[in-house]
Amino acid sequence: MKPAHHLDDSTVLSFAAGTLDDAFSVVAEAHLSMCPACRAAVREAEALGGEVLDALEEGSVSDACRAKTIAALDQATLYRLPVAPPRSDLPPALVRLLDISSFEDIAWKKKAPGVAMCDVKLPAYAKGKLKLLRISAGRAMPEHGHGGEEITLVLKGAYHDHMGVFARGDVADLDEDIEHQPVVGPGEDCICLVATEKPTRFKSLAARLMQPFVGI
Amino acid sequence: MLAAMDQSDMQIDREKQKQEAHFRNLMKRVAQSHDRQAFAVFFDHFAPRLKSFMMRKNVSAELAEDLVQDAMIAVWRKAGLYEPSKGSVTTWVFTIARNLRIDRIRRDVHMPMTELGTYDEPSDAPEGEELLGRKQEDGLVAQALKSIPDEQRQVLLLSFVEDMPQSEIAQKLAIPLGTVKSRMRLAYGHLRRILETRS
Repeated sequence: MKPAHHLDDSTVLSFAAGTLDDAFSVVAEAHLSMCPACRAAVREAEALGGEVLDALEEGSVSDACRAKTIAALDQATLYRLPVAPPRSDLPPALVRLLDISSFEDIAWKKKAPGVAMCDVKLPAYAKGKLKLLRISAGRAMPEHGHGGEEITLVLKGAYHDHMGVFARGDVADLDEDIEHQPVVGPGEDCICLVATEKPTRFKSLAARLMQPFVGI
Repeated sequence: MLAAMDQSDMQIDREKQKQEAHFRNLMKRVAQSHDRQAFAVFFDHFAPRLKSFMMRKNVSAELAEDLVQDAMIAVWRKAGLYEPSKGSVTTWVFTIARNLRIDRIRRDVHMPMTELGTYDEPSDAPEGEELLGRKQEDGLVAQALKSIPDEQRQVLLLSFVEDMPQSEIAQKLAIPLGTVKSRMRLAYGHLRRILETRS
């Protein structure tokens, strides 16, 4: 199944420019690994980057830089594509970070009845936070806004809210002022990968109330 | 704007086509026969632009030249992987430089940028994607960039060249984050429409 909910165009552009914070970049890349349409969109945005590069003023490059580059070609080995990681239900971007290969290996921490979380450690320079969230089948989350940037990717199971059904591969790339109340369908737990800004900034009251609950 | 742009404005940019054909030819010589002369021509075109691309606040001229050198060596090493269907040579060089800038400035071995192509399966390439390189050669993307309002172009330049996240752009221009996003959406929507008129 190809995803039905996609990255926002502004996220596509920022990903192509290479300026998304790492937490958001991992979620975007995980979605891209499942979504040919968004890969095509990123390529179009990268084409803009190519034209921008083409139109840049020419900086002055020293003769030494040119000479060193050409001399270094002797030592340069041809690039080989990295060996593809073994097939997994987890997106490659996440496998790299967590060093696990299946949903069973995730080290969950219970946060509330029906809600478990796993923090995904990012390098220190990352400004956002990344976590896996597991919500039990049939469970409704309280209505909440986000009080900050947030992208959610469904990895397993599905939830629905007023914007529709979000199943594996679907991404909710929402403006911060949108409120929603996700409800997980019966039958299967829903596992999501969620990138958020660090919780210091402009939190809405609703998000603050949520904070002890989901810890974001 | 697009509405006012008639067929004569959408003319194929012959110069651009010629330049791309030239670059593709150089790439082929580098990939197939490790042709240093072809590489040197490539260097002389791209290195000065890459230098400007790498020079931004907090980057010294020395570091910028180091990054130029690394980018050009990556071009040499990866030349065989370039696929014309997925975008122009210039775009490919841009993605190499962008990934390098991210890796070198953030200096983290755990999170190298992944090449988008590793996710592609030949069967699921959407209609039209194969044509992107050709459309770009025809000058359509360059045209999109020229024909958007200045305020949208400014946001694109701050992203692609100045390497600024959306929140920094909002701060610098003293506009809400939502406005930065909507300018990006408008610019991208404009590009899409131009590309679609030629599909």
